[in-house]
Amino acid sequence: MYSLIAIIVLFLLAYVGAMLPGGEVFFGIIIPYLALIVFILGFINRIIDWARSPVPFRIPTTCGQEKSLPWIKPNNIDNPTTTGGVILRMFLEVVFFRSLFRNTKMALKEGDKISYEWEKWLWLFSLAFHWTFFVVLFRHLRFFTEPVPALVELVAKLDGFLQIGLPELRISGVVLLGALIFLFLRRIYIPQMRYISLASDYFPLFLIIGIAFTGILMRYFTKVDIVGVKEFTMSLVTLKPHIIEGIGSIFYVHLFFVSVLLAYFPFSKLMHLGGIFMSPTRNMANNNRFKRHINPWNYPVKVHSYAEYEDEFREKMVDAGLRVEKQLAAKPPEEPEEKE
Amino acid sequence: MSELPNPDEFLAKIDHKPSPRGWMDTPVEIRKNIACHAAKPERLETVGFPNPREWSCYDDDWKLPENWQEIIHQGFKERLDRFRSVKVFMDICVRCGACADKCHFFIGSGDPKNMPVVRAELLRSIYRNDFTTAGKILGMFGKKFKKSIGAREMTIEVLKEWWYYLFQCTECRRCSVFCPYGIDTAEITIFGRELLNLIGLNIDWVAAPVAFCYRTGNHLGIQPHAYKDMMDFFTDEIEDVTGIRVDPHFMKEKADILFITPSGDVFADPGTFTCMGYMMLFHFLQEKYGLDITWSTYASEGGNFGFFTSHEMMKRLNAKMYAEAKRLGVKWILGGECGHMWRVVHQYMDTMNGPADFLEEPVSPITGTKFENAKSTKMVHITEFVADLIKHGKLDLDPSRNDHLKVTYHDSCNPSRGMGLLEEPRYVIKNVCNNFYEMPANTIREQTFCCGSGAGLNAGENMELRMQGALPRLNAVKYVHEKHGVNMLSCICAIDRAAFPTALEYWLPEVDNCGVHELVANALILPGEKKRTVDLRNEPLPGMEDEDAE
Repeated sequence: MYSLIAIIVLFLLAYVGAMLPGGEVFFGIIIPYLALIVFILGFINRIIDWARSPVPFRIPTTCGQEKSLPWIKPNNIDNPTTTGGVILRMFLEVVFFRSLFRNTKMALKEGDKISYEWEKWLWLFSLAFHWTFFVVLFRHLRFFTEPVPALVELVAKLDGFLQIGLPELRISGVVLLGALIFLFLRRIYIPQMRYISLASDYFPLFLIIGIAFTGILMRYFTKVDIVGVKEFTMSLVTLKPHIIEGIGSIFYVHLFFVSVLLAYFPFSKLMHLGGIFMSPTRNMANNNRFKRHINPWNYPVKVHSYAEYEDEFREKMVDAGLRVEKQLAAKPPEEPEEKE
Repeated sequence: MSELPNPDEFLAKIDHKPSPRGWMDTPVEIRKNIACHAAKPERLETVGFPNPREWSCYDDDWKLPENWQEIIHQGFKERLDRFRSVKVFMDICVRCGACADKCHFFIGSGDPKNMPVVRAELLRSIYRNDFTTAGKILGMFGKKFKKSIGAREMTIEVLKEWWYYLFQCTECRRCSVFCPYGIDTAEITIFGRELLNLIGLNIDWVAAPVAFCYRTGNHLGIQPHAYKDMMDFFTDEIEDVTGIRVDPHFMKEKADILFITPSGDVFADPGTFTCMGYMMLFHFLQEKYGLDITWSTYASEGGNFGFFTSHEMMKRLNAKMYAEAKRLGVKWILGGECGHMWRVVHQYMDTMNGPADFLEEPVSPITGTKFENAKSTKMVHITEFVADLIKHGKLDLDPSRNDHLKVTYHDSCNPSRGMGLLEEPRYVIKNVCNNFYEMPANTIREQTFCCGSGAGLNAGENMELRMQGALPRLNAVKYVHEKHGVNMLSCICAIDRAAFPTALEYWLPEVDNCGVHELVANALILPGEKKRTVDLRNEPLPGMEDEDAE
């Protein structure tokens, strides 16, 4: 399994590397800056690349009643006709994974009955993963801001409302790890999932598991020098980077994993973050028949005109009593036909 | 059909568990009864397509142009620059697997490459190899690394795999409904088939209708006099049933409305009954309200198999609709019951061949209703038109004349997922029938299942594939058949009406298939008609035959 090996190699690289002379500067300053640059430029580049290709046709996938007669109630979310409707549809998709919520599991029962069963696990765990990942990221703002915004403090507080242990348990981190493990196991245990999964599906999973794991390790077990970390991260933010002694190798592994994730992001499927907003089946209104869509490369094509058609079939049309535009030429002597 | 196992054996054979061997390591095996016949050279010649020749998918040598790899690569590149959909869909799939068991072909076959995600991966693997940075970098380390990110080189085996599986997709878009990013396999199949056409790889069941349609105006190659003949035959049939002689107009200048519908309904049962239904409806509207609707033999095809070929071919065939409307000087166009026709009309026509500024914004002259939703394209769906007539009480209906039927309704893929036409046909059916039952929620409306023969796969030689594809739909019909005694599967698609009779005969012989306008015509009371004792199929109406005897 390439992905797992890759992650272990990355772990060792950072763990050992950070202990070597100059390693802290390399893994703490150079790599993160580079990764961030790659992420930003790569992300923008990818979006621009997508945007460069036009959308020649308006092809939304409609998932509800169209707007037609005034007394038929249209479905304004799943079959939007206005920009507002499209935004709402997109919002619900991005924030609540609406399409995934529709998911069912097909099964052949009693030999001949196809059933579509309740299946919300994929929806639930992917939603849990994305949301907790977001919360964790948001909480981390406290390392990059001074003073820390009140909202960040509040989220952190809510996140730890269970008040278990010291430092108090942050639910998001645990749920994040749990959801990731579910998503991983799903790929292993469901035969169809194993069939379609690539190394590039496992790699980001392992990588984020690695990030979450090292994060949890630092917070609850190795008890990293949090003040030192903050001093260091602030030095990165203020572009006056300097190394703080004694933060420990696990921190550098954590940071390195994050860096790898950032740098890997624009070249991978993780770009679905940007791509979803550009998906023509979801970001367009179904107003096709009342608002003309323009195809920038629409070019003239060779068609078979009515005149050509009538030229070929005129005689038969006249015989059948169909109206023609040009009458048959007055027939020359009729003998040849009579003979047939 | 005789080559197929019986339905029980068929079902027992289906295994949804893929082999542990990866899809890239499983070479394609082109099977009889699944694959369609190759396109004959004369079809391609008619429309000027590349590489016309005799070939067979079962031969090793597909007689490709020498530089076919270059053509495919170049074609791929051009289309990435032309279609954002393709580009985005190549990049953002996370292989979450939500689509996997949504495809009727996967459900019916268990062939893992029929999972929509894998169908797309067949193309993505080449995309990653040829067009992405990661593919190029990892490619330097060798095949194994390439494979780990799902990239591979284009070979003849890959090409054959493309051809085989791109013609096992009916472009029904059901998977797209469940995809968190809306990745539309139809879009990928359309794109892939377009590439295949660049080197002369098509199936005859698509290429022949395209060639026919181009020349004769319809897929079946019906020439104008023959078209008129068939309509004359229907006129006689209608007279037998109703005592009324209808008088359809052909290519009448300055008619109010041009009517365009798939030629399949002129050609074969049970579509013919739907066609008779239109003729009776138009006669009624003419007699009662003086509405003048004309047919055309030049634009005698609503469907568009060009859509299953390439965007360009779609445009070339579609052009006839507006051209004919303009030539005849009608006010607007009314479109009949058809699936993919409406995807083309709704999502492509105006963009490709518009603006139709020579037409008027559609208004029903009878009810005064403005079809605001069609004011640019100027083409109205017949169930929109008829639902409006019924709502305003403009049709004289006797739904009890459909009392011998217990009806369910199949949402055709394209009008439901490429348009959203869900309530209009239901409203019509409920007003012309007394017994209507819905199939389970997971199988109707936007989650409807394909008939299994769309997108040009309605051939004879791929019967196993068609029965696989029809299974989920007919399994749902079976459910309502057993629960409510449903005996009629209605639909608004001519491909359905060509596909279902065969599929029903195999999976569920107790149920029949009809178009919505056959039901309308059964219920429609024509002015001055005789007492009806039979329906359009000449089957006795229960209760009526007794009275007749007395």
